[in-house]
Amino acid sequence: MIRDITLGQYYPAKSVIHRMDPRVKIIGTFIYIVSLFIVNNLIGYLLAALFLVFAISLSKVPVKFMLKGMKSIAVLLLFATVFNIFLTPGEIIWSWWKLSISKEGLLTASQMAVRLAFLVIGSSIMTLTTTPNNLTDAIESVLKPLKVIKVPVHEIAMMMSIALRFIPILLEETDKIMKAQLARGADFESGNIFKRAKNMVPILVPLFISAFRRANDLSMAMEARCYRGGDGRTKMKPLKYQKADALAYLVLVAYLAGCILLRIFGQYVI
Amino acid sequence: MSLILDHVNYTYDTSTSMSHDALRDINLNIKDGEFIGLIGHTGSGKSTLVQTMNGLLKPTGGNIYYDGADINDSDYDRRALRGKVGLVFQYPEHQLFEETVFKDVCFGPKNLGLTEKEINLRSFDALEKVHLEHEYFYQSPFDLSGGQKRRVAIAGVLAMKPKVLILDEPTAGLDPKGRDEILGLISKIHEETNMTVILVSHSMEDVANYVDRIIVMNKGEVFMDGTPKEVFTHPDELEKIGLAVPEVTYIVRELKERGLNVDTTVTTLQEAKETILKALEGR
Repeated sequence: MIRDITLGQYYPAKSVIHRMDPRVKIIGTFIYIVSLFIVNNLIGYLLAALFLVFAISLSKVPVKFMLKGMKSIAVLLLFATVFNIFLTPGEIIWSWWKLSISKEGLLTASQMAVRLAFLVIGSSIMTLTTTPNNLTDAIESVLKPLKVIKVPVHEIAMMMSIALRFIPILLEETDKIMKAQLARGADFESGNIFKRAKNMVPILVPLFISAFRRANDLSMAMEARCYRGGDGRTKMKPLKYQKADALAYLVLVAYLAGCILLRIFGQYVI
Repeated sequence: MSLILDHVNYTYDTSTSMSHDALRDINLNIKDGEFIGLIGHTGSGKSTLVQTMNGLLKPTGGNIYYDGADINDSDYDRRALRGKVGLVFQYPEHQLFEETVFKDVCFGPKNLGLTEKEINLRSFDALEKVHLEHEYFYQSPFDLSGGQKRRVAIAGVLAMKPKVLILDEPTAGLDPKGRDEILGLISKIHEETNMTVILVSHSMEDVANYVDRIIVMNKGEVFMDGTPKEVFTHPDELEKIGLAVPEVTYIVRELKERGLNVDTTVTTLQEAKETILKALEGR
């Protein structure tokens, strides 16, 4: 039941995108997000959509998995769209009672909906094709320049990888505790919101206790193996760029350039 | 009444690339008052099987009947079923949450909607049954030792007075003394209340002394089903699936090979002693 959450879940497959250096994927995702806010006309959005379809087909991850991520932002998307449609002032094209729809409202609402959807799908390509470990390695590597201004990059990356590592464990634990309490006749489905919140206590208390116990065990185990932070620490599998990664960067730069050009010269094309 | 499993299948993660069958065509008839050992290697589907028995997991195929009613019917009261088919999970002490031991044991019966008096009576009775000393009743369950915590957790299920008691690896992580204590307790509870007991384990040694029927699972299927004596006459098959027969069975078989006329079907230490003494006398 609880395992259905896919946020940040890796989908194992053999594809060009899976093999790509994780740094390329992080920077690529960043470029894609930036590009979504650069484009401002139809052709620009078409280009972004095309790029997304291209990346999805390369990744060999079923589209169903990509769309799963959309579920989590469905409510947000709906709210934002509705408010934008009705509350943006401008040239009114339809009105009834106190509600009115303006041309500008429709435009911003649809732009924003498309941007949000592309953003979520785009970043889920990264998380679906990269193992959490690779991802944090890449974050550490990408953020390395910040060390100059004393940002504890290694520690941040370590915390992230530990947190990511424990998400499935804690989910499984929650599942187990929930089942154990269900077996003792617990009821998580009926009653009003206060009663339901109170009914969560038999899950939350054991869950917190187990999380603290695990944290304690882990810190002991790390200390037993002489962990002392990132200074002078080398990697077993250092990240190395391949030829394909250079090509990927090239494609990304070309795409970004395309988006910028379309923004500047877009009005002449249409 | 009895628990009947009819062609039960269970597949995890259906329709994804990670899908795999945990149970394949399980047919079992569990009668009242039986003491059953459910044995299998890690990943053989034991835990999945017991979770289907009280409706926590819905089989992806087949039916399960309790008292003649299909427990997965849409109008079947599965919450009431969980009071009748009590399931003690692996490492049950991880589910404790209340401020005091007694309150925690009350959680189960309280969920059954009983009267205050009945809840207290049952909880007290259950804690007595697991031999927890009175001084611990009003302490925090988190201050107890591992073995004590486990007994409290078992009492939490016993307090619901189930007709069928299922224990998933109740001895996991306990020392030999704690293990014998728990198994002795369970066996005594079975004798006193004539409750149906299903003991899940991966160790033949654990169950051989207590149960009167053994179900061996392998790769999601029932591999063997019979009395301990029947099952232990096939040590080679059992070893092939990563299980072993009790040590004493190996010893008597070895003795037989060396020419001592012993009964090789013995499964407990006591029986082994008797047959060896008899064989020595007869020489």
